[in-house]
Parts: sequence; structure tokens; C-alpha cells
Amino acid sequence: MAVPGAGLTRYLLLLAQENLAFRLPEIKSLISLNGGQFSSQLESNLNSPFWILNLRSEEMARGLMKRTVCAKSIFELWGRGKSVEELHSSLKKYPVENMESYLHSKCTYKIKVHTFNKTLTQQEKIERIDSLAFLPFKGKVNLKKPDHVFWFVEDYGTDPNNIPKQPLHLYFGRWIANGQRDLIESYSVKRRHFIGNTSMDACLAFIMANHGRVKTNDIVFDPFVGTGGLLIAAAHFGAYVCGTDIDYSTVHGLGKASRKNQKWRGPDENIRANLRQYGLENYYLDVLVSDASKPIWRNGMQFDAIITDPPYGIREATRRTGSQKEMTKVTEGSTENHISISSNYHLSDILFDLLKFAAEYLVIGGRLVYWLPVYKPEYTEEILPQHPCLKLISNCEQTLSSHTSRHLITMEKVKEFEDEDRSSNILESQYLSYKSHNSFREKYFSGVTKRIAKEEKDNQK
Amino acid sequence: MKLLTHNMLTSHVRPGGGFPLRIQATEVKVNNLDFNQEFTARMVPKVEWGALVEAAESLGHRSDLPSEPIPDYEKNEEFLRKVHHVLMEVEVMEGVLKCPDTGREFPITKGIPNMLLSEEET
Repeated sequence: MAVPGAGLTRYLLLLAQENLAFRLPEIKSLISLNGGQFSSQLESNLNSPFWILNLRSEEMARGLMKRTVCAKSIFELWGRGKSVEELHSSLKKYPVENMESYLHSKCTYKIKVHTFNKTLTQQEKIERIDSLAFLPFKGKVNLKKPDHVFWFVEDYGTDPNNIPKQPLHLYFGRWIANGQRDLIESYSVKRRHFIGNTSMDACLAFIMANHGRVKTNDIVFDPFVGTGGLLIAAAHFGAYVCGTDIDYSTVHGLGKASRKNQKWRGPDENIRANLRQYGLENYYLDVLVSDASKPIWRNGMQFDAIITDPPYGIREATRRTGSQKEMTKVTEGSTENHISISSNYHLSDILFDLLKFAAEYLVIGGRLVYWLPVYKPEYTEEILPQHPCLKLISNCEQTLSSHTSRHLITMEKVKEFEDEDRSSNILESQYLSYKSHNSFREKYFSGVTKRIAKEEKDNQK
Repeated sequence: MKLLTHNMLTSHVRPGGGFPLRIQATEVKVNNLDFNQEFTARMVPKVEWGALVEAAESLGHRSDLPSEPIPDYEKNEEFLRKVHHVLMEVEVMEGVLKCPDTGREFPITKGIPNMLLSEEET
């Protein structure tokens, strides 16, 4: 197969068919984290489970797979085609000298037949393998512990209601590495010690760390840390983690449990214990009780990434410290330690503060990754919060309901924060667009309250 | 609260001032954590050295930390182990952080500082 561009090799990437919108930014971020640049001919078919990537080295492919939770496996692509004939002629063009070191008589091998959107019988699989007899395999077959594994792949498209007779694409390649899909199970929130009402799904937490290009020995910060699910993902990738939350009870692991069948939180339910559960306590820096709207970090302090899920006021209240005079009632477990109370913190202000914070406290090249709630009928790209120091990298939508969604926004700091960026004048024009976020809660509940009322009524019947 | 975190914090009662916060500890704990030479070396130029030495001294855990980072510290494991100990292993469990400008105290409970201010204070 012809080598595209100088020094690039073609790889076949097999992706999981979920979180489709998040896959491209993840793969792009991870390739750039490994010092490469995303290059692919298949931009047009991003919803396919098969992508062809051009990478500089096998090492880069392995680096990508050490991090991805969106992709399952990567293969050195030896041939491909839209028909068996095309695949065979493509394989015949692949340089024999590139094959030989994997096919010589001293090494063992195995060929795996993989189909997407169709199941083959054992007999059909054997026929597929036999059809490759023209390749110069000289080693012995070993099904249990082969030195090299080759995949023969047939892609029957993504529509389960319209499966073609013949595959749309065929691929043959040498297996290089698997991705990190196992993490989704091993870090499942179901078995996590300390969780909250809005704990992030493990897969999305890893995706966020990947979009944020979190790397070993970074310092990663979450200003709305909650029960720390996002920090766990960052710590798994070797970053030292730090967070703040305005809620004293959450940070201290006090109060009511979020788990079904458990009334109160146990004595050791906190972020540090969570990290310990996964063997990551070494990466715990600190968690503090603090108001995200009033930064507590000294001048010159810089984080490598800020990864966060700000409160939208749906399942967790949006609050910031308010005036003593507004003090109403203080919740259970209170001490003089949290005399400060909270007033309503508008979503537009949360976003404004968050972007300003990121612009000031990120290193150049560092990334901010956060969720933005969106009322779908009113969504346009113009409502995305902006800051002169931050460049939009990606914007991935996850649908929540027929009329609401949340967008995972990734921004990169591209310009040093200067005093003029502190003044709100620059941002005044953009600030107006934030205002529309304020009514998200009302719009969200306008549909939901009606539905809940109906469900309750139905249940009583 | 680790001393690395303390080194990154400032009092926010008034903008511009309030660094470093004075530590008044009633309970200090030393945890054994894995030494990461690369990370520790990365932190050396990032910390305000004087504030770190002062904080460690005030807790009685200076651990022979020199008053200036030594030259070529990246490869000096002995030095970096000391820095690791002071930055990561010494933790204030109970006590207060005191703003040097205003005297406002921020309590530390079970190792967690509470930096909340009321509206009147900002």
C-alpha cells in the first residue's frame, strides 16, 4: 500500500459505537499529546467504527491506545478495498519487506475474522482466512499465544435494518494494541466508594481528561469538584489533582448519601478515599471549601488543565457566597466553619467567572474542559462563551432530552492573561450572550415538571 | 492541607495581598507517599521558595531544606527527596490559616481548609 505523505504509515482504528460526538476530539487531542498531527482520509464518515489514520510511528499508535476510551484497537493497515478483489490487489501492493519480519518461519501467528453489523458462521470465517493463502505466511499458527495477530475485517455499514449482502469495506492489518475501554468497567460509578447525585459517568470522565490533554506530572484543577469523579480520571493518567467546592458537606463527605438504600454517608466517604480505592492517593493534592467566583490562588500560580462540570441548578444547586444578611437557614451538620451562606449564582456568571479564571490560571497551551447546558431550540454557536485568551478546540453535544442537551466544551489558552483582560469591558459584548443561559433552569423544568406530575399521577393509579 | 497547596494559596480578603497565609497548626500529620522525582523537580521553580521554607519551619518540619534551591537540582535525588517530603508529606490536619494583612482566619478541619468569605469581607 502506498505510503501517504513523508514518513507516515497507515493505521486502521476500530472505535466503539458510543459517544460518537466525542470521538474525533479525543483522538485528535491524544495524537497531538503524543507529538503528532491528526491526518485521515475519512473525515466524511466519522460515524463509522473504522477510521484510517496516518501516523508517524508505531510508538505513536501505542501512545494513543494507552489513553483512548473511545477506540478499541489499532492495526497496521496492510490492505483495504471495497470488494474482495480490491482488498487482494491492495495487499499484493503492500511491500513484502514490510511483511516479512512478522511472517517469517520463526514466529507464530493467528488470523482473526471480525465483522461489523453482520455475524458470520465458523465455516464462512474459515473461508475468509483461506482466501488469504497468497500472503507469504511462513510461520506456524498458534491460536493461544501467537507472536502476531492479524485481523481480517468486514464492514457491513452502520444500519442494522439495511445490511448489505456484500461488505462495504474490507481491511486486513496487523494488530498493534488495544485501547483503554476496560477502564469504563473498573472505574464504574456503581462500585465507587464516594459518589454524589451528579457523579460523572466513568467513560465521560476519561474522555474529558483526554480532551484536556492531561498528562503525567500535570496539576489538574476542578473548581466545582463535588465528589471528585473528574479528578479520579485525571489522576489515573498520572496528574496531581486539586479541587474546590462551595459545599462544606460534600467536601467533607457529610450528610445524606446519594446511593439508593443508604441514608447517610459513611465516615470515610470523601475524595481522598476514592482515590485511595483506585490506588491513586499519591496523586491527591488537596480539596478545599471555596467559592469558585472568588479565586484563592496566588499570582503566578498556574494549572496545566481545568476540568469541571459546573452546577446547572438541576440536580445540584448553583450557589456562591452571599451576604450574612441574606442568611436564611443553615443546613444540618453546620458549624461555625461555614457561616458563609450562598446566594443564587447565575449560570451566565458561573461561565463568565470560569473562563476568566481559566484565562488567568492556566499555563499557555493548557486546556479548559467543561459542560455547557443548552436549551436546544435556542442554540446557536454564538451563545458559546468566549474569552480573548482562550481558543475553542471542540464542542461536542450530548442529548439530555428532546429539548435540552449539554455540550462538552474544550478551550485552549493561547495568549498570556494581561491586566486588560481582567477588566470586564472587553467582555461586555460577549457577556450579553451569556445572559440567555440564565433561563436554562426554567426552560428545563418547564417540560420536566409537567412530565413528573403526570408520572406521579400515573403511579398513584 | 499539604504545603504545596499552601504555597499556591493566597488570602483573598483584599486583592493583591495576603501571601503567604500564616499557618497556626494544632495537628500536623506526616504521610508516606511515593517519591516522584520528575514531578518534584517540576515543582521547584514553581513554588515561592521563601514561603515554603517559612511554612515548613513554622511547623517544625523544615527537614534541612536550604534557604535557596540548589543549582542543578533536577538530578539531585537527596535534595528532591527533602522537597518531596516538605511539599507532599507534611500535612496540616487541624488549625487555621491567617491572612497576614487583615488577620482573618480560615479554619482547617480534618485537613481541609475552608476559604469561604461572606459578601461583606470581599
